[in-house]
Amino acid sequence: MRSNLGFFSDEKFRSIFFQTLVVGLFALGLLFVISTTSYNLEKRNIATGWSFLQNPAGFDISFSPFIEFKSTDTHLKVYFVGVLNTLLVSVTGCIAATILGFILGIIRLSSNWLLSRLVYVYVEFSRNVPLLLQIILWYSILIQLPRVKQSLQFLDVFYISNRGLYSPRPIFESGFSYVSIAIVLALISSFLINRWAKKRQDNTGQQFPVFSSSIGLIFIIPLILFFILGSPLSFEHPELKGFNFKGGLVIRPEFIAMFLALSIYTAAFISEIVRAGIMSVSKGQREASAAIGLKQTWIMRLIIIPQALRVIVPPLTSQYLNLTKNSSLGIAVGYADLVHGFGGISLNQTGQAIECMAIVMATYLSISLTISFFMNIYNRSIQFKEK
Amino acid sequence: MKKLLSIFAVVAFAFSAHAGTLDDVKNRGFLKCGVTTGLAGFAAPDDSGEWAGLDADMCRAVAVAVFGDRSKVEFITTTGKSRFPTLASGEVDMLARNTTWTISRDVNLGFEFVGVNFYDGQGFMVPSALGVSSATELDGATVCIQTGTTTELNLADFFRLNGISYEALPIETNDEGKENLFAGRCDVYTTDASGLSSTRAAASNPDKWKVLPEIISKEPLGPLVRHGDHQWGDVVRWSLNAMIIAEELGVTSENVDAQMSSNVPEVLRLLGVEGNYGEMLELSNDWAYQIIKQIGNYSESYEANVGPDTPLEIARGLNALWTQGGILYAPPFR
Repeated sequence: MRSNLGFFSDEKFRSIFFQTLVVGLFALGLLFVISTTSYNLEKRNIATGWSFLQNPAGFDISFSPFIEFKSTDTHLKVYFVGVLNTLLVSVTGCIAATILGFILGIIRLSSNWLLSRLVYVYVEFSRNVPLLLQIILWYSILIQLPRVKQSLQFLDVFYISNRGLYSPRPIFESGFSYVSIAIVLALISSFLINRWAKKRQDNTGQQFPVFSSSIGLIFIIPLILFFILGSPLSFEHPELKGFNFKGGLVIRPEFIAMFLALSIYTAAFISEIVRAGIMSVSKGQREASAAIGLKQTWIMRLIIIPQALRVIVPPLTSQYLNLTKNSSLGIAVGYADLVHGFGGISLNQTGQAIECMAIVMATYLSISLTISFFMNIYNRSIQFKEK
Repeated sequence: MKKLLSIFAVVAFAFSAHAGTLDDVKNRGFLKCGVTTGLAGFAAPDDSGEWAGLDADMCRAVAVAVFGDRSKVEFITTTGKSRFPTLASGEVDMLARNTTWTISRDVNLGFEFVGVNFYDGQGFMVPSALGVSSATELDGATVCIQTGTTTELNLADFFRLNGISYEALPIETNDEGKENLFAGRCDVYTTDASGLSSTRAAASNPDKWKVLPEIISKEPLGPLVRHGDHQWGDVVRWSLNAMIIAEELGVTSENVDAQMSSNVPEVLRLLGVEGNYGEMLELSNDWAYQIIKQIGNYSESYEANVGPDTPLEIARGLNALWTQGGILYAPPFR
């Protein structure tokens, strides 16, 4: 008895014992869930397996900007269309939310009372109203736009109606590839010039007009080449034929509603993160840089932001993850994302709920882990480097 | 390992096993019936908040068969997508939710359709102002469509067959479809013709909307239960059949008491005066009498909910008895 107790009072033994117990119970629970599920599926004659992925979907998806989809394509293709649409709204949403969030975060700290109050109201409103309601609000506004036959027209080429925003579609003719090559080369060389100029400034203190020379390389040279080659670019204009506009590029209200709601909602959080980041940099830094005569904009860009980024990036990562996961709310307005197409229609047509949901969950997990991975690399690159 | 798994299977069985749905329902004291989120004429709350409609009557008929009381039902709303998981998980005892009987649902999803309470077909509804007279003129149109339905598949087939293009706008519920169609976000709304009539009837100005003549599919709508519980399946199946047979025999809620002394043998069997059919179903012997008394026969339910005198104005058509030019037919009551 005594020796038993003595054994148990050994901290190392106890911790191993409890850890094994917890892991064991967890494994047992998992096994129970799996066996119950498969038993019940079998009992109810519900088909299982992955072969449904190769069956034709039988339904159409209208919103598939990257790959063409027909009703004879497989459920696997439904999955890819969904992933691409999810990525589309997540990536554009993250970019817009970051830009908007940074601008608003800085304005919030501005000494202009009116501006900073306005941003305050915006942040409090969009942070505290459920995202789903905001998505539905934007969508309800968008479908109240004029009907397709009464579209608003801008510059004779843009049309806005409750079917979306139509614009001309660029058509690249032969010879345009040279222009693209020129742009890529210009991008690479301005990057190299930037590096060289920085090194030279570090060594000699002399500055080089990096910005204007890059603009020249990236815009002027390809533009000249473009005209020399005889403008190898034309536009296909949208035209109202029958029920809808034909031709041109179209951005659907479902996408616009998702994009606006996601980026505006997340920007509110990001602006608070940016504000916190900037305020975390001690006042002395700003005063010291002002004392050595730096311009206001330089103080921000060279002194404050690099230090603030260390505080900003980790919570920013979690906002990116949130935005990506929140994009699954697209189902509320019929945005054809992963949950709507594969996790909704395919699931319902095939009845294979467990398989479909497992795939959808694994996909969100992989997207999130990929975002975390790259943000962690970026985070490490901006951390304070001790020499 | 094998043994461990089998132990789990037994434990799982203990958790999931039903003594049979009929016993569950009896023990619970009321029926849980899955219906739509609201489709006038089929299942929708009326002015006093009571669920009414052809499908709602189906639920009530089963409740009457089991309890002899039409109020012993809990109506549980389901969307086109949630209806099957809701039934499979046992959250409802049966579905009466404009659900099309197809082979894959009957076989692959593990359900059992017990009959057809409405023969329907998929149609199209457009604004009259659009000037369209046939569905084949819809090339390039934007079509509102409820996801997770057979209509979604029929639509793709129809347009593919006719070599015309369309743009699908997926929506979740009938209300969403209505909203998008009325706002002009889509040109056409497609669903079962009965659903279109229901939607049109609910519009502020029904004359502004037109149902196109094409019916592009067979949509036999009927109640369904989980596969494998035959006793319960029989109860639901014969609750429906009793209403159809009552119409065939001319027994109505008005004259049912007088019919108790009828000289037609099948009427006497139906009403439980002769034979012990109730006992076979483990119900009381007057179960069918109670259905007819409290709900009415099929015709009464039809005329009250979707018939020509209601806002839906759907003629009997296919849903007339087989003796009157329709295809409504129930096996003999003997």
